[in-house]
Amino acid sequence: MTKSLLLGNEAVARGAWEAGCRVISSYPGTPSTEITEVAAGYPEIYTEWATNEKVAMEVAIGAAVSGARAMTCMKHVGLNVAADPLYTAAYTGIRAGLVVVVADDPAMFSSQNEQDTRYHARGAHIPCLEPSDAQECKDFVRLAFEMSEAYDTPVILRLTTRIAHARSLVSLGERTEAALRDWAKEPQKYVMMPGNARRRHPVVEAREKKMAADASGMAINRAEMRGRALGVVCAGVSYAYVREAAPDASVFKLGMTYPLPEAALRAFAAQVDELAVVEELEPFIEDALHVMGIACTGKAKTGLQGELGVGKVREALLGVSRPLRNEEPVVPRPPALCPGCPHRAVFDVLKRQKLNVFGDIGCYTLGATPPLSSMDTTLCMGASIGMAFGAEKARGKAFSRGSVAVIGDSTFLHSGITSLIDAVYNGGTITVLILDNRITGMTGHQQNPASGKDIHGNPAPQIDLAELCRACGAAHVREVDPFDLKALEAVVREEVAREAVSVVVVRRACALLEKTRGACVEVEACRNCGVCMRIACPAIARGTDGIHIDASLCVGCGLCVQVCPFHCIKGGDRA
Amino acid sequence: MKMDIIIVGVGGQGILLASRVLGRLAMNAGRDVKVSEVHGMSQRGGDVITHVRIGETVYSPLIEEGTADAIIAFEQMEAVRALPYLKEGGRLVVNEQKIMPMPVLSGTASYPETFLSTLGRAGGLFAFDALRVAMGCGAQRAVNIVLLGAFAQGQTAAQEDWLEAVSACVPSKTIEANRRAFLAGWEAANEHEKRG
Repeated sequence: MTKSLLLGNEAVARGAWEAGCRVISSYPGTPSTEITEVAAGYPEIYTEWATNEKVAMEVAIGAAVSGARAMTCMKHVGLNVAADPLYTAAYTGIRAGLVVVVADDPAMFSSQNEQDTRYHARGAHIPCLEPSDAQECKDFVRLAFEMSEAYDTPVILRLTTRIAHARSLVSLGERTEAALRDWAKEPQKYVMMPGNARRRHPVVEAREKKMAADASGMAINRAEMRGRALGVVCAGVSYAYVREAAPDASVFKLGMTYPLPEAALRAFAAQVDELAVVEELEPFIEDALHVMGIACTGKAKTGLQGELGVGKVREALLGVSRPLRNEEPVVPRPPALCPGCPHRAVFDVLKRQKLNVFGDIGCYTLGATPPLSSMDTTLCMGASIGMAFGAEKARGKAFSRGSVAVIGDSTFLHSGITSLIDAVYNGGTITVLILDNRITGMTGHQQNPASGKDIHGNPAPQIDLAELCRACGAAHVREVDPFDLKALEAVVREEVAREAVSVVVVRRACALLEKTRGACVEVEACRNCGVCMRIACPAIARGTDGIHIDASLCVGCGLCVQVCPFHCIKGGDRA
Repeated sequence: MKMDIIIVGVGGQGILLASRVLGRLAMNAGRDVKVSEVHGMSQRGGDVITHVRIGETVYSPLIEEGTADAIIAFEQMEAVRALPYLKEGGRLVVNEQKIMPMPVLSGTASYPETFLSTLGRAGGLFAFDALRVAMGCGAQRAVNIVLLGAFAQGQTAAQEDWLEAVSACVPSKTIEANRRAFLAGWEAANEHEKRG
């Protein structure tokens, strides 16, 4: 059998293909993005980037209810956006298999919180599967489709960063076509108005009880008996840590963390002297065991925050810790806006104009980091506009004369547009900067409705952001190139002063999209005033003899040329 | 062959590709392997670390501190940052390049000048200018493969197995340049060893 070294995410995509999945609709989000990118390479699967996770979920539900195996993939916070359709799809059930892949991010490598998706599974009363390596990623997708159809329910496949972004060996199989199931009119099942929903809720409850009862017989929930002194209940990547940290312990490996296999867990607990739960994030399994009346240890030893590892687990289970080497202190290396990034000029202007900045989610969140340090809030996708408007309602219109909302092109289409309409409708006077870099950047360059291309890079209808904002009722919409620093400064000043909702579309493609770089800028007779350091370009370093430009990093954007008060920096494309 | 290798550097240096070559080599040799990568925000010029674990059966995708057999560092300070992972007597292959992080560029911190001696105290150090070696063989974009070649010298796997793994992982148009880069790195380590 062919083996391949696949990322967990690649294995999920492969599993979907092998299981006969026909439709995948997703919104990018680290650490889930590669699933849909890789799936786009399989011609048998229709794949798309949706405008947000709720839309993606609805497209997938629509496909499943219409008879095709379908999947949607997102990061943990994306499921909050998509929770509305999911909770009620749990009532309607599906016609063909529906798998919802959600990637949690313990330790927040690329996220704003550490929420635990398993609570959504419990809240919606749907099953949650958790693979422990890439092979299980692939195998569990097929199983999830089968369970979805067997129990007539959406199924969550929960990953974490160390599963999604770890490569391991996977045996590849072939695709099994899943025939399109017949479309039938069943309004009692699929029209969720109160009368019908009241008839569906008992079905949800009965289904959950059936799944809980069946769980103890599922092969993916298994007791591995070794020593009797210690038994550990775990799932996902925690299983890998436990096997290595305590190789002699007996382990109950959960492939499904909701609903839990109560009978099997009771039997396991009875066979060991001491029972421990090892899980990342919340005490989801631990709390459930306590409700069952099964004594166990858990979060008191492993903690709620960050990710686990072999060392942490060994210390929690065996009380043994290794001495750590004490090394020379190093300087932190926080991520920074790339050389030539069009966002840099925007944050330079916002800082110098001393504006309050309601920020959003994307590469431009790095505008909050020193020395740019020009962002006051970042909450969730799309929050910038609503929060700027709320601040105006709290503090008056004068406050908006010193404030802006900053949001990216993809984030605006994801969930900023509704807030813009709200601000217009309710008489706001806020200023919105849409940083249109022609791509969904932070997640690694995915197309979006404003980029004019589809997921395959083929031409697609292009949404005109300026026209869209005018149609939303924003009377004052202007477009500006951020590399024209003077124009940018003037437009921001004028629009912030204006007592009406105005939108500035700041348009320049992501520096990483530019295939050709301009000539590197050069420094002549530098007076070492340090003014150019304020733009925080990684290509500019300051020494005792003045500044130096790193030619291997400079892309010739020319922003520093415009910033230098003594005209000592020459060249650059647009200088 | 049981081997835990940490690869570190700065986002954009080609660390993921180097880790994939190691993974490929292990797979071709019939070993179990796990490679833990970093995607997303850190890639924007932040410090990047990947864990490559090779063995009979590999469970954890992460290497525990104090147990890595080797560190391949694409940048000096990142080598020091990763040192707590290295086991006693572990091997260090370090690119002498320095990339200044934002706190240094903006003048709020200084880049320590003592890193090479810190690294030297850890033992098993081979530090060299991998960019110069890469340029010397006309493959200036393959610094990552130069470093891999330097690491490979002295390992049990045969040179042709390494080259096969490299060729399988890089874009087909760049196979020749990457093979040259690998061999140049190998040779640099070889000379270093001869000099003692």
